[in-house]
Amino acid sequence: MNNIDAKTSFTIMGFLLLIVGILQSWGVAFSILNLCLISAIMSMGVNIQWGFAGLINFGVMGFLAIGGLATVLISVPPVVESWSAGGLGILLSLIFLILIIYACLFINKRYSKYKYKYHLIFAIIILTIPVLKLISGPSIKLIESINPAAQGYLGGLGLPIIFSWFVGGLLSAALAFVIGKICLGLRSDYLAISTLLISGIIVSVIKHEEWLSRGVKNVIGLKRPAPYEVDLQNSEWFINLIEIIHFWSPTTKGIIISSSGIFVKICFSVIFLITLLILLYLSERAVNSPWGRMMRAIRDNETAAKAMGKNIVKQQLNIFMIGSAIIGFAGAMLVTYDGLFTPSSYQPLRYTFLIWVMVLLGGSGNNYGAILGGFVVWFIWIESAPIALFLINIFTFFLENENIFKIHLIESVPYFRYLMMGVGLLLVMRYKPEGLLPEKKIKF
Amino acid sequence: MFFKANNLSGGYGEVKVIENCNFNVNRGEIVSILGPNGAGKSSAMKAMLGMLKLESGTVVLDEKDISNFNTQDRIKLGISFVPQVNNIFTELTVNENLEMGAFTSSDDIKDKIEEMYDLFPAIKEKKYQFAGELSGGQRQQVAIARALMNNPSILMLDEPTAGVSPVVMQEIFEHIIQIKEKNIAILMVEQNANQALKISDRGYILVTGQNAYHGTGQELLNDPEIRKTFLGG
Amino acid sequence: MDFLNALILLSNFVIVPSITYGSQLALGAIGVTLIYGILRFANFAYGDLMAFGTMCVILFTWLLKSWGVNLGIFPTALLALPFGITLTIIVSLFFDKTVFEYYRNKKSSPVTFIVVSLGIMFVLNAVVRIIIGPNDIVFMDGSRFIISAVDFKEATGLLEGLTIKSTQVITIITTSLTCFLLFNFLNKTKTGKSMRAYSNNEDLALLSGIDPNKIILITWIIASILATIAGTLYGLDKSFKPFTYFNNLLPIFAATIVGGIGNPLGAFYGGFVIAFSEIALTYAYKKFIFYLLPFSSDSTNLIQYISTDYKFAISFAILVVVLIFKPQGIFKGKVI
Repeated sequence: MNNIDAKTSFTIMGFLLLIVGILQSWGVAFSILNLCLISAIMSMGVNIQWGFAGLINFGVMGFLAIGGLATVLISVPPVVESWSAGGLGILLSLIFLILIIYACLFINKRYSKYKYKYHLIFAIIILTIPVLKLISGPSIKLIESINPAAQGYLGGLGLPIIFSWFVGGLLSAALAFVIGKICLGLRSDYLAISTLLISGIIVSVIKHEEWLSRGVKNVIGLKRPAPYEVDLQNSEWFINLIEIIHFWSPTTKGIIISSSGIFVKICFSVIFLITLLILLYLSERAVNSPWGRMMRAIRDNETAAKAMGKNIVKQQLNIFMIGSAIIGFAGAMLVTYDGLFTPSSYQPLRYTFLIWVMVLLGGSGNNYGAILGGFVVWFIWIESAPIALFLINIFTFFLENENIFKIHLIESVPYFRYLMMGVGLLLVMRYKPEGLLPEKKIKF
Repeated sequence: MFFKANNLSGGYGEVKVIENCNFNVNRGEIVSILGPNGAGKSSAMKAMLGMLKLESGTVVLDEKDISNFNTQDRIKLGISFVPQVNNIFTELTVNENLEMGAFTSSDDIKDKIEEMYDLFPAIKEKKYQFAGELSGGQRQQVAIARALMNNPSILMLDEPTAGVSPVVMQEIFEHIIQIKEKNIAILMVEQNANQALKISDRGYILVTGQNAYHGTGQELLNDPEIRKTFLGG
Repeated sequence: MDFLNALILLSNFVIVPSITYGSQLALGAIGVTLIYGILRFANFAYGDLMAFGTMCVILFTWLLKSWGVNLGIFPTALLALPFGITLTIIVSLFFDKTVFEYYRNKKSSPVTFIVVSLGIMFVLNAVVRIIIGPNDIVFMDGSRFIISAVDFKEATGLLEGLTIKSTQVITIITTSLTCFLLFNFLNKTKTGKSMRAYSNNEDLALLSGIDPNKIILITWIIASILATIAGTLYGLDKSFKPFTYFNNLLPIFAATIVGGIGNPLGAFYGGFVIAFSEIALTYAYKKFIFYLLPFSSDSTNLIQYISTDYKFAISFAILVVVLIFKPQGIFKGKVI
């Protein structure tokens, strides 16, 4: 039953994309598909935390941003001048930072019975921040002054960008470890608020530490795992290929250019689809393993699980890290696809809550549901503007085009997507709270 | 009889916790509901208060069938309840606790509050303190005083002496006797059967959700079988 | 003399702005905490409710201005405030009836309520942007300054001029008045006490005959009033931009938790704790120290604890510290 539901849903989704391809353009259809695929991975990550373990993570934005940062740190070639100007200072500060952290951890462990332990740690942190600033300040200034229009940062390692996906996942998992250590014992609503706030800190660090990420100046022209349009347009085999496909009329320069764009998108689609399928396979395996069943047992009855001697916080930390790693992975994929890293674009509504809508709408606790949610919600998110425009035109047909009210409505078309998301979420929560593809009830 | 509960049966979902229980109490009478742990004492009281879904049975107060009334409506009719735990507003002052007890009454409650302080002098000097800062015995007094504020005709207490020292227990029982003299019907669930029966006019003993014994306090105390089984020799 | 200069500098850039910003946060935090105490969930739509309320006030301000009505030296928005509040109350009650009531009757988990409030957040977000647009709007009119730097310098002969904007005074007075009325209501009236009782012990409140529907109704009304006032004061002081209002939810949550969630007086203090730390830690004390030190220091380094970019991060950091060490809030025990 469930499987048929999933199949039909995805078939319908495919048809919708087909319609977009025919009515709008194939370029649009494939870019929607690509972002649907990335969104699906993001929502799978959240679903692992929320659907399978009942952990409420409102810090999705932070993990996506960390993943995005990874693309910069891995794929961009290093800026040699910056390294020679301020690299030493940055390394020193890094060592100093690690020392501070170790000192805190040491005190925490060694003097665990000491009454003023936390005061001591707090004092250390408060007092060392200015020192850290003093050490790093001059170097940061030097780095940021080197060719600020294009660089002004340390750059990355110059490795292929695909690596950054994994590094993004690893960085996210490391971050999740820290956050999880702090927050996982908290009540669900506190966990929600604190993860939201922490993700705010992460994004503001990425936004403002220009030596690291160029901050609000953005990093553009990131590498690609797929060919570039210009190369395709000049290569013999591609032109031949297009001529074969486009057999019914002569191939013009225009057709070649637009086809090259679509071809690049298809390449991305293939890569993303393969990634999604691998993750889905792994996730399904994990969920149906004894470990997955245990996680759901913990989610459904924490007290009982505790009574059975399960170390709940440790298990929750594991799953929090796994979920966050997937989110970070998807964050790196997104930046790779966009080809640019814009820290200021990370906003909770788009990068945290929208992903949550995907999970809740698709069906929390079901991998297929989360993927479907990613597809449906992204599709609506993109297509809501044309749909809203269409509806506005129908409902205001009696008004002239110069009518202020009509013009105002048409200008606000981009915001109807928020309305649709909100109403959609409310309706699903009310009438189908288990989501489009509900969790399969597993018999023990 | 002023208050009658007949043939009460009910429980949580499939599980039946009380079956064909009967209780009644008159004004100016103390009636205890006793029994071993898990006998359904508290559930029986909840059933009379409309907090437990009944499968059958009737609850009659002063000739009026209130079986289908919800808890809030029963309270408006003059049934007051002192729960076993969480029976005070810890973050309100003692005075405010009493005011909340009289929430439904619209007349001037100053005299009523003074009456309560006469009855429970120990809490009078604490009137502007948060109830949460009081000792266990004082908390219990605040809880009972709160329940008395809306001029109840029947007062129900769920284990009023649970977890207090023997001295405080005696104190609470003395207060309950004083309340009885105000012509209020008192129905209480008790764990300390011996002491409770000493001040009770009558007692009911529940075993596995059913009435097992019923009699005056003295009768029950003197019955050797009951002594052996329920009162510990 | 130098000491006075330093003091005025500090008051211009730290003390007065902190009190103003703190007041705005405090009002919002009390609203969030009341909803949490009575309805028992963290309302993520509150920031957008503030934006909605402020939008209504702006629309009425424009309407009043178009009729030629104004308050002279005071901002017209103060006159529009009651209308804005009314609309916000209507919207809150509408969402309570259509959305929250259903889950209340079903006794859903707090997480469900949070998720549902996300839905409302999206809807309000859209409504505000569709009606008034996403851009910055300045709707402050009337006189700008109570004390301007130039006048002050002339009058006193000091190097530093004390500046007090009228919005700052309006914020502080309005907040004092609102909080005075609110805390009197909660502490002195029967309804207010019953709200506290319900928040403290729901079951016993029901056993005392307190009507939950009435309590919930009043809670939404108060929360909407606070949201509109806080939003309007913030907008008058700075400017109105829907996205900023969403972001303000974060320090408001921080203030709420710092004060002990569900505790209105704690939330009030929490607002000021957050505001003071945000502003005091990001202020560059160079000039301040220059006045106080006997010798002139020539340090190029700004004497600033953390860069202004991390303003928000400070409130989050405080929150994390509180969550780890004192999750019940630092004002636990001092209830109203």
